[in-house]
Amino acid sequence: MPELTLVEAINLALARAMEEDANVVVLGEDVGVNGGVFRATVGLQQRFGAARVIDTPLAELLISGLCVGMAAQGLKPVGEIQFMGFIYPCIDQLVNHASRLRNRTQGRLSCPMVLRTPHGGGIRAPEHHSESTEAMLAHIPGLRVVMPSSPERAYGLLLASIRDPDPVVFLEPTRIYRAAKGQVEDSGEALPLDVAFVLRQGRDVTLISWGAAVKETLAAAAELVGHGVDAEVIDLATLKPYDEETVLASVTKTGRCVIVHEAARTGGFGAEIAALIAERGLTSLLAPVARVTGYDTVMPLPRLEQRYIPSVSRIVAATRKVCEFA
Amino acid sequence: MADDGLPVIARFEVRRRSYLAPDGTLLRPLPDFASDIPTLLALYRGMVLTRAFDLKAVSLQRTGRLGTYAVSLGQEAVSVGVASAMRAEDVLLPSYRDNGTLLWRGTKMEEILLFWGGDERGNLSSGPAHDFPYCIPVGSQAPQAAGVAYAFKLRKEPRVAVCLFGDGATSKGDVWEAMNFAGVHKLPLLFVANNNQWAISVPLKLQTASQTLAQKAIAAGFIGEQVDGNDVIAVRAAAEEAIAQARAGGGPRLIEALTYRLSDHTTADDAARYRPPEEVQARWKEEPIARLRAYLVSQKAWGKAQEEGLATECQKEIEAAIERYLASSPRAPETMFDHLYAELPRSYASQRAELSGGSDA
Repeated sequence: MPELTLVEAINLALARAMEEDANVVVLGEDVGVNGGVFRATVGLQQRFGAARVIDTPLAELLISGLCVGMAAQGLKPVGEIQFMGFIYPCIDQLVNHASRLRNRTQGRLSCPMVLRTPHGGGIRAPEHHSESTEAMLAHIPGLRVVMPSSPERAYGLLLASIRDPDPVVFLEPTRIYRAAKGQVEDSGEALPLDVAFVLRQGRDVTLISWGAAVKETLAAAAELVGHGVDAEVIDLATLKPYDEETVLASVTKTGRCVIVHEAARTGGFGAEIAALIAERGLTSLLAPVARVTGYDTVMPLPRLEQRYIPSVSRIVAATRKVCEFA
Repeated sequence: MADDGLPVIARFEVRRRSYLAPDGTLLRPLPDFASDIPTLLALYRGMVLTRAFDLKAVSLQRTGRLGTYAVSLGQEAVSVGVASAMRAEDVLLPSYRDNGTLLWRGTKMEEILLFWGGDERGNLSSGPAHDFPYCIPVGSQAPQAAGVAYAFKLRKEPRVAVCLFGDGATSKGDVWEAMNFAGVHKLPLLFVANNNQWAISVPLKLQTASQTLAQKAIAAGFIGEQVDGNDVIAVRAAAEEAIAQARAGGGPRLIEALTYRLSDHTTADDAARYRPPEEVQARWKEEPIARLRAYLVSQKAWGKAQEEGLATECQKEIEAAIERYLASSPRAPETMFDHLYAELPRSYASQRAELSGGSDA
């Protein structure tokens, strides 16, 4: 099995999906000849032609609207928004149309589209290039929000998202596009959506994360061993709709939970998970749920971004505190 | 800008199409289809039915039996003229005011009432299954229309997407982004700007300083044409030509249909707050139904007896539809989850169960 980076796994999944289904089209800014600013679509236009790998005008609203129209007509569009900071013109299409076309037509029309975008900071990018506003999207009924944290899951979850009959926003962790490497076989096998992945079994505490923050969370779990803490690590993977049962089962077992995400704290998706545990897992809790998150301020420019992104030491400290709670 | 001897590198022009004067007399020779009287009678019937239906819908709203409703009073020629130029396999992306277009394409009156009466099942529509439902966020259907048209082009299908919106929508990026893309890819797409002069309370002169809306197509690299939107023959002829061009691979067009919103914006609006009644009265002299009727009468193709017969027929059809609408029951509450996703995610099963009065799953 070849070792691929996460972004190479994305490319592999796109090629696979285009190969097996002529209805799959890829569209976005610079996705064609240039192969995408992160090279996620490299080679696709050469292989599948300019009609199926479309260099769109510089217009994000258009890209999302095109996806809705194409999807309603039976194509399987995969739109790319170059950075998450530029996804906001698409919100109207996502909220008012993509997510509810099936419902408002009572199943007469549907919207099997995927909108991909790089997520998060940590690559010393300019202003507006380091957003992690997944909670905004996860609040939209009818949408799926998926975020892989490894090359294997990037491949399997992207294939699943493209094959899914409903709209998916697929958030790709920019920080580990190339840093994450893994064995990926081009098997054409998808991984399940709406399912969380238990990456590490543990007895003492449940660490829940998604996207690039999974990397620091796993590193923290490894470090916690030295402090006598056996942490379970869950990659949520699909934020909307999310796997409540896996979360609750783990917390029932460990009695303690720390949620790690890069996005700002207030109204972040961690709040949803904490609320779920408070509603349905309270009696198994041995300590208050803790969150290690970005701060409730604007994502700073690169000189300070590492102070914003949850670090291994912050996760370790928060987890130790939770574990020491009497 | 001073001349300075600089060369002119481009000139553009916009044409306006009209055949019938407001009094129904001919301004120029009619297009071929208009020599067929049954065709004109069908257009006439479509407009009369739309108006009668709209007015009945308003009275239903006034008596608490319908929600907010957007009337197309005075604009029936745009709805019917465009619809009559389409084929069933073409795809319609309507605005919230295109009642006549939906009716022409087979949506039942009770379905329209069901939707505006607060039930998603109205959008199930007996019209072509691929048509889009009413679009309420202004102009947001335009980029979708470009997506639909792109699908046709990719699959080499001789089909056309037809996207209707109002003058207000032309101020939105949505419409521009869609036109721009349609121009680049020569998409089989007809844009119809129903210029009824008012976007709720905002008149056209506050919407744009552009001399015409049609010229916005020129910037996107294709033809924009103005038509007298109160002349159903002109609308039909312009739409037919544009759709034929699009079907043949000749790319998109924009039709700006000049008309006037004789009604309030919706039943929730009171236009007397922002426009003088004299303006509206003057515009009644240009409305499309009286105009075509005058022409048909002049051709000895229509008379008082036919008019009365048509009115009775329309009333009967509408009354029967209203009865079916009023007799329908609300859907079961838990069905609000039934078309959220293709398959309801496990996480939401308990919420659905709560609505059905069942136990928490």
